[in-house]
Amino acid sequence: MKLLKKLALGLSLFALITSAAKADDTVKVGVLHSLSGTMAISETSLRDILLFTFDEINAAGGVLGKKIEPVVVDGASDWPTFAEKAEQLLAQDKVAVTFGCWTSVSRKFVLPIYEKYDGLLFYPVQYEGEEMSPNIFYTAEAVNQQAIPAVDYLLKEGYEKFYLIGTDYVYPQTTNLVLFEYLQSKGIPVENIGGGLRRDASGEVISAGKYTPFSHTDYQQIVAEIKAFAASGDACVINTINGDSNVPFFKEIAASGLTADDCPIVSYSLSEDEFRSLPTKDLVGHLGCWTYFMSLDTPANKKFVSNFQKWLKKDAPSYVQKEGRVTCSPMVLSYNGVYLWKAAVEKAGTFDPDEVIEALWSGVSFDGPGGTVKTQPNHHLTKNVYIGETLEDGQFEILESFNNVYGEPFLKGTFLTEDS
Amino acid sequence: MNVFDSKLETRGFIVTMIVLLFAIPMMNAFFPENSFFHISSFQLSLWGKYVTYAILAMSLNVLWGYTGMLCLCQSLFFALGAYAFGMYLVLHIGIDDVYNTPLPVFMDFQGYTELPWYWAPFEYAPFAVVASLAIPGLVAFVFGTLIFRSRIRGVYFSIITQALTYALMLFFFKNNLELFGQSYILFGGNNGLNDFKEIFRANINSAATQRWLFIASVVLMLSVYLLIAWVLKTKFGKVQQAIRDSENRIRFSGYSTSTYKLLIFTACAMIAGAAGALYVPQVGGINANEMTPAKSLDVVVWVAFGGRGTKFGPILGAVVVSLLKSFFLRAAPDSWLIILGGIFIFTVLFMPNGLVGLPGQLKPWLNRIRGNKPLVSEEASSPSVP
Repeated sequence: MKLLKKLALGLSLFALITSAAKADDTVKVGVLHSLSGTMAISETSLRDILLFTFDEINAAGGVLGKKIEPVVVDGASDWPTFAEKAEQLLAQDKVAVTFGCWTSVSRKFVLPIYEKYDGLLFYPVQYEGEEMSPNIFYTAEAVNQQAIPAVDYLLKEGYEKFYLIGTDYVYPQTTNLVLFEYLQSKGIPVENIGGGLRRDASGEVISAGKYTPFSHTDYQQIVAEIKAFAASGDACVINTINGDSNVPFFKEIAASGLTADDCPIVSYSLSEDEFRSLPTKDLVGHLGCWTYFMSLDTPANKKFVSNFQKWLKKDAPSYVQKEGRVTCSPMVLSYNGVYLWKAAVEKAGTFDPDEVIEALWSGVSFDGPGGTVKTQPNHHLTKNVYIGETLEDGQFEILESFNNVYGEPFLKGTFLTEDS
Repeated sequence: MNVFDSKLETRGFIVTMIVLLFAIPMMNAFFPENSFFHISSFQLSLWGKYVTYAILAMSLNVLWGYTGMLCLCQSLFFALGAYAFGMYLVLHIGIDDVYNTPLPVFMDFQGYTELPWYWAPFEYAPFAVVASLAIPGLVAFVFGTLIFRSRIRGVYFSIITQALTYALMLFFFKNNLELFGQSYILFGGNNGLNDFKEIFRANINSAATQRWLFIASVVLMLSVYLLIAWVLKTKFGKVQQAIRDSENRIRFSGYSTSTYKLLIFTACAMIAGAAGALYVPQVGGINANEMTPAKSLDVVVWVAFGGRGTKFGPILGAVVVSLLKSFFLRAAPDSWLIILGGIFIFTVLFMPNGLVGLPGQLKPWLNRIRGNKPLVSEEASSPSVP
């Protein structure tokens, strides 16, 4: 039985050696998303779009004459597994780049690994900012590319009271703290910011807004509070609730008689892809804010959507779900990420992550489905931001767009210092 | 007193000791990277993780296999140990280059300017090491006292331990605790503790540190093995197994079964905590996800798969299941759940004694094929199964 252990060790060693001696007309690229567990419902779509992108690039001749060979691993919604698989991709497969992660905690777990092995990771999902690893590129929306434009839009529309609600973890907490400062800098008094404040011993605000745990279902009391808050008619809600809790939240809102006209709700975690599994009925008229909407009426987007549908019908592997597929912002940011990497590799003339990162610093751009995106020296992207209104069919009608918004990860504390 | 049951076990133990303590670390340290005999630091830390899993499985096996208590919060004790040591590690990251603060970033971010009093002692390594055993031990002792004095047993014991791990998981997922109008920072909320840089003043990512952590894990595993083997031979161990077989009879014979159970429960929590403390620097982080009830069920699966109530079974189960999972996550990312589930169902249906019981199970069958000897009884063929 002890032999078994040694045998297994020997086998994994053998695998290591054989995998090193592979054909060199391909370049290995890691895909690190959760394909099982609680996050699978969101992250599987990103795996699918990445496979589509690789096929598209390979059909057009590959990168530097080499075909992309994806190495897909399942992070299983388990953060130590993310760390283990990231290390395997870097140490054993020696991938040139990895596209992956959704939750902030998964990114936090793999970050030290990418820094240790000097690898390169593209992170595609809107996040709280306050981070800039030399080995990660954040194609994601920073807070000033989603939360702040949405608030600007609401301010312009004449709303004066803002209720903040979210799931209790770092992304909503940080976003709301930044918004709390931003709203004050725009002249909104503290008493017009709803959801509650928490202060530390010295009286400084350390947390703004109302928070519920993951998978919370009882929103009766909170909605009653929102209704009272919105009685004056000039209130809106900033919603950073994550995942399935949105269903009971919007049900309760609808049941209370609050409509999108009385009090619009802008959600930061609900895109077209989430509406595949959420009932949209109660969300009609409420707002979303992303750097891409499937309903964008541009030739580039039309081509992208139809190519993806064609790929699903013809070339997609059997395990990819084919029916009722849509495209959304995190998917497009994954897609953009691959093309930006390709452009940077071609500019650098090598797959070496260090030189690719340098090329990314210098600013490479790509005309994506949501408009042109350009890399910045601070590892984020300049991109367009759109505000949309939810329709019955789970799509968005675009109300407003902001062009070429510069991604700024460090926002906390910046607005109030300008004022005082 | 010889703690081993058979010559095979003695030899196996010695061989394992030599291989894990000397051969593998040396293959990592002295062979060049492209050599066939080289073991990468990645492999080594992976195996280090498996070894801590094995220790966790052994601690559950003592409770479930030998005392008959199906504890569904063993991962909680593991995570508590990991958190205690993780707090030490997170306090030694050094000055953050963005926020220019010696505090953990999540504290600075929430507006804290100094370390709260309940965090302060974790700056000292000896305190953190002791705490990683003492905290799980204390939780188990307090909770165990309440449970065992109320004579909660069987399935009710399992349910209540599961509730405990769920409750503490919710607590650890919180960023702040509101108490009497004051806000107390907790343990990093959903992001948990990660991005460690130093352990005992050494670089945590260096190959040498990883090697020492692996060796420390193996030493702990072998010591726990010896401890269990020894206890099983003592009167204490016999009473323990008698509790499993018929608790009432033991109580009526004048033994205070709840004291025995409390002692074992606390000791096993401390073993799990020690394993957790070794786990966290090798994995690079800890968050409340490790406290979900499903994680404790994983440990039950390891023990059942390897062989419940055997000394070697839990180790084998933890390592083999983790290896299989790790392999299939990459080899079959879309169907690994089905494959692994199929293997578990097969084990439950056809291998009641788990992996270690397999040779004994196959022996009569092999003999029949050879067609010479009469059937050998199960017990005689597998002496390691008590």
